[in-house]
Amino acid sequence: MKAAAESARAVSQRAITAQIARIAADYQGEGEPQPRLDYPPYRSSRLRHPKSAFVCVDPDELECWAPCFGRRDVDPLDADLTAGHSGEPIGERIIVTGRLLDATGKPVAGQLVEIWQANAAGRYNHQLDQHPAPNDPNFTGVGRCLTGPDGRYRFLTIKPGPYPWRNHQNAWRPAHIHFSVFGTAFTQRLVTQMYFPGDPLFGLDPIYQSIVDPVARQRLIATYDHDLTEPEFATGYRWDIVVAGSRRTWTEPNGDHG
Amino acid sequence: MAELACTPGQTVGPFFHCALPYAGDNQLVGDAQAGAIRLHGTVYDGAGDAVPDALIELWQRGADGRIVRQEGSLRREGETFTGWGRCATDAAGNYSFSTLAPGAPAGRPAFFAITVFARGLLNRVFTRAYLPDVDLDADRLLNALDGARRQTLICAAEKSGYRFDIHLQGRSETVFLAYRGDP
Repeated sequence: MKAAAESARAVSQRAITAQIARIAADYQGEGEPQPRLDYPPYRSSRLRHPKSAFVCVDPDELECWAPCFGRRDVDPLDADLTAGHSGEPIGERIIVTGRLLDATGKPVAGQLVEIWQANAAGRYNHQLDQHPAPNDPNFTGVGRCLTGPDGRYRFLTIKPGPYPWRNHQNAWRPAHIHFSVFGTAFTQRLVTQMYFPGDPLFGLDPIYQSIVDPVARQRLIATYDHDLTEPEFATGYRWDIVVAGSRRTWTEPNGDHG
Repeated sequence: MAELACTPGQTVGPFFHCALPYAGDNQLVGDAQAGAIRLHGTVYDGAGDAVPDALIELWQRGADGRIVRQEGSLRREGETFTGWGRCATDAAGNYSFSTLAPGAPAGRPAFFAITVFARGLLNRVFTRAYLPDVDLDADRLLNALDGARRQTLICAAEKSGYRFDIHLQGRSETVFLAYRGDP
């Protein structure tokens, strides 16, 4: 395993970029809305993607429901990643907000959104992060909230920095925030990453490029919105999240009371 | 209403441990609670190596077969059973839940609904872990699979509960699911 990791590091960005370009050129635009699980430029996917096709099933009633979260689970202060420490974190304060919708446009109300991210220097508060960038004692980089009745979530945080990783030599991830969201059905579960507009690393990043459809992958990029920006305080980014269709047609018994 | 395009998934990455696991995440019930069982297993990659940076989520019916509509999974209290839990794999690729054996409506086999996330896995995958000690012949999913593939969806009974290993790839690759109608 160690030898494999070493050889991975010897692969150049040029070689990875060429591999990304070959796959992109082969893509005929058949509409692939999700990332490819088998995407060789992301080298850790090699042994971790199923090779058999998914087996298509009608969801059981259990899979048409999702776990419930509520006020007992989430403290409203958890949505402010700049708070909770003795001082202010370093970096560009940002507001990230948007709506969680299902594919029919219906808001997913009262549901859990979790985020995690690197600090402004591109370092995670994680023991395995070896990037020699400073930790920020005033920033943990973890937040949670419940969506409102209109599906809206909102976080106050710090703009994360890009960071190096060991997929290949001189590999850097575009700045991003990890998002974990639930829908009203188990089948709608989504973990993804939100990116920032205009990042120069997009074309070089195998994780972003694993969504081979160029229109689909742009759905992961937030929009700068000056109407969200608060004077003398923080810039604003808007990003809506759409999960697959809901599985139930009747009125949700507790959807409006969460 | 017009269909909106779904947001693509992305890998959970290597650093989810700072955010997603929490105290009591894999304790759907206390170990001492009546009926408590252990559901556990190991996640493997295509080389047969354990995956130490995977995250398993569990969603299930209560012991009475009902679908649970209880908040409190993130701050567990008393004996409230929420039907949902989460467990990151350890250095040896193992996960473990304390839970109840799920019930099921009459004529339908009981199963645990499972979501798998991992570094290196570009999107989450779904599967089912069926209880072995009931009649599985009525299940449409299991009936559509050949013997070896079918076996990947069935827990092994143990004294204290069930074992369910997950193979992301390889000869024993677990059957993963797509739900009809999803993109």
